[in-house]
Order: sequence, then structure tokens, then C-alpha cells
Amino acid sequence: MKEFSVQKLKEAVCEMVQEVNVQYSAELKDRLTKACENETSANCKQVLNVLLENEKIAKEKRMPVCQDTGMVIVFLKVGQDVHFVDGLVNDAINEGVKQGYLEGYLRKSIVNDPLFERKNTLTNTPCIIYTEYIKGERVELEVLCKGFGSENMSRMYMLKPAQGLQGVKDSVLDAVKRAGPNACPPLVVGVGIGGTFDYAAVLAKKASGRETSNLDERYARLEQELLNEINDLHIGAMGLKGDTTALRVCIEQYPTHIAGLPCAVNICCHVARHAERIWE
Amino acid sequence: MKQLNLPLTKEDCQSLQAGEMVEIAGTVYTARDAAHKRLMEMIQKKEKLPFPLANSCIYYVGPTPAKPNQVIGSAGPTTSSRMDVYTPTLYELGVIATIGKGKRSKEVKDSIINSQTVYFSAIGGAGAYLSQCIIASEVIAFEDLQSEAIRKLEVKNFPVIVAMDCKGNSIYD
Repeated sequence: MKEFSVQKLKEAVCEMVQEVNVQYSAELKDRLTKACENETSANCKQVLNVLLENEKIAKEKRMPVCQDTGMVIVFLKVGQDVHFVDGLVNDAINEGVKQGYLEGYLRKSIVNDPLFERKNTLTNTPCIIYTEYIKGERVELEVLCKGFGSENMSRMYMLKPAQGLQGVKDSVLDAVKRAGPNACPPLVVGVGIGGTFDYAAVLAKKASGRETSNLDERYARLEQELLNEINDLHIGAMGLKGDTTALRVCIEQYPTHIAGLPCAVNICCHVARHAERIWE
Repeated sequence: MKQLNLPLTKEDCQSLQAGEMVEIAGTVYTARDAAHKRLMEMIQKKEKLPFPLANSCIYYVGPTPAKPNQVIGSAGPTTSSRMDVYTPTLYELGVIATIGKGKRSKEVKDSIINSQTVYFSAIGGAGAYLSQCIIASEVIAFEDLQSEAIRKLEVKNFPVIVAMDCKGNSIYD
């Protein structure tokens, strides 16, 4: 049994929300730079150049890349030999979000009630926390800050098993077409296949933060095919009809029911703010 | 790149074509979801509005808080379509331009043609870059809405693309 202070989670979350908001991941910056080099539409090239310049300014001035600094989603994996001390895990994580958003001059975008009051909580809390258990004494913390211009364009498709691969492809392309210029293309697309109505959406969210190909070759191939087909739509940066509509497509899959083929498409903008920290 | 000074005139609007990239300079007022809702309630009650709508330019933005010594935080456009339900009334009451990102409804298109006005799109996701084109910022109404408060901004060399011109042509069609 290992004792683990929840204060470590608080401090990590506080740093991570600030860092991901001012700095692109190296992987996405690389993809964006390549997209800009290869772009054949003059208008889109200009937009991509501005986005690269934006990245530089944000990093130098430690200023948020985008004014929508997002709602925080946390994926926490806890080794079952870990004993948390010094408070409640969820409280510590939320405290980290609050402190990070205040210290980092990030925008507080959360309202207390979705329908009636819609009063800003002024702390960017609560965040959303998904916890799962793993073996041993390891703790893995993954933090995403999700903007809603793109979140609003995300979609859920409850496909029939007979629709199969083509159904999944059609769904992803439909979601991207519907998102069009609204979600700040070039996009990062997270796809969740399988599970249930709710779990497919969680998988899609998880996929949106992944920076490597799927370990299953069939799904890795599908990721590449989807990326090519999305770019063949020629929506382009800012919707100005160019070569790069998406920078990355990642899929997460899970077993499902004999009667179903859930497919969730989580649309992200080109930043896809995401960070991970692991305690062995 | 073509430079445009605000407030725009009808002639300015009529000279603009969808797809044109321009830089604007002058005063814009910020408003997004919650501020629009309040503005509409004030209009219905015939109350005095926080800024004169005539020939005004509305920018759909909710900036991040300014750090000490900064004019404003990150300040890129938010998705315009969420404001579509309010926009025709505002164009009819004198607003001459709106700045946001993404597609507009048929109702907005009709009202842009009727009022001979314009809709600009700024670069979504370029909040840090665009903040450098804002030289003054002052909250003038709805301070309790925080980032959604109405601000009076002075912009300079602020890059936008004509997303819908006064004939209703759109870059997104």
C-alpha cells in the first residue's frame, strides 16, 4: 500500500491547465507546420501562417492560445494499492482547476446550471472526472481543456451492426461536414466506437487527446483512411476551401452489444489541449 | 491588404465582396450569447442601450482576463451561429457589421441583404494573435457577465475576411 497525497494531484492539475493553454503540443505544432508548408490554397496558407504566429505569441507572452480556455476533463487511473490522503481526490482536482484558471488568467467559462440560472461559477469548476482502477501503485493523470466551439459540433451515431465500416466512415465524415468552418478547422477528430451510448462518447473524448496511432493495425489503417477522406472534403483552414481540414484522427474502440454499433465523433480544434502526468 | 476604417458606411459595405481579406481599424463592441440575450430584453422594454447601435460593429468574443500591463487577454472570435436568432433585429436597428466565425442562418442572410450590411469572419483559434491588434479595451456594460460583458474595443490592423457581403454571397457556400 502506498500513501499518496491528493495535494500532488491539485498541484499537477494547476500547472497542467496553465501549460496546455499557452503551449501547443510538439506533435500538433509539427502537423500544423507541415500542413502550412504543403497548403496550395493561398487564403488557407495565410490562415495557417497566422495560426503558427499565434502559437509563437502565446508561448512567448504566456498567453492563452485561444480565448476559450475550455472546460476541464480529467481521466484518472489509480493503482488499487494506492491510498489517497490529505483530502478528497475530486475536491483536490477541482481546487487545482480553480487555482490554475485564476493564476493563469484563463477564462472562466463554466455556468452553475445548464438551463435555468446559467450563472458563472467564476472558478471554471466543476470539472469532469473519469476514474478507473489499474493494478499496483501507479497513478496516471490526464487533463484535457475542451473548447466549446468544437464541442458543440460533436455528434453521436447509434449505428446498426449491418452498417459496419462504411457506417462508421459515413458518420465521421457527416460530423466533420456539419462542423464545417464552425469548429476552427484544421481539426483534431476523436472517434469512439463500441461500448454504449454514453461510453462511446467518453472513448471519443479519450481518442481526441491521443497523439499516437491505434495499436490495432485495422483501426490504425482506418484512422489514416478517415484522415485522408476528411481532407478530401476540402473544407480547409477556417473553412476557406484548402487542403488541410484535419490534422489527426484517433479512434478508441471497446466491446459492444450484439445489437449495436455506437459511434461518437468528438470534434476538436487544431489545439486539442492535452497533458499527462504519471507517478510510478 | 485593403484597410477599412470604422464606422463603415453603406458604400463601404457595398464595395466589399465575399472572400476579400481586409484589415479594420476603429471601434467595435463585444457581445456574445448572454449579452445578446440582455440586449434583446432591453430592446423589447425600449430601454436605453449601452452603446448606440447605429453604424456599430459587433464582435462576438469573450476574452481571457488581461494580465497586468496587457490591454486584453486572448480575444479570438466565437461561433456566430449561436447569435443568429438575435442578429436580424440588430441589423435592422442599425448595426452595420458583425465579426465572428462560421456560417450564418438564412434569416441573417436575408437581413444582411435588406440592410445592405456585412458579416466578417476572423480567424478562429488565433486569440493571442488577434489580441495584439486590440489597442484599447473598456467594459461598458454587464460587468457581472465577466468575459461576456460588453466591451468597447479599439482595433488596428485587425484582419478579417468578408464572410458574407451585402448581396448575400458567402465564403461558406
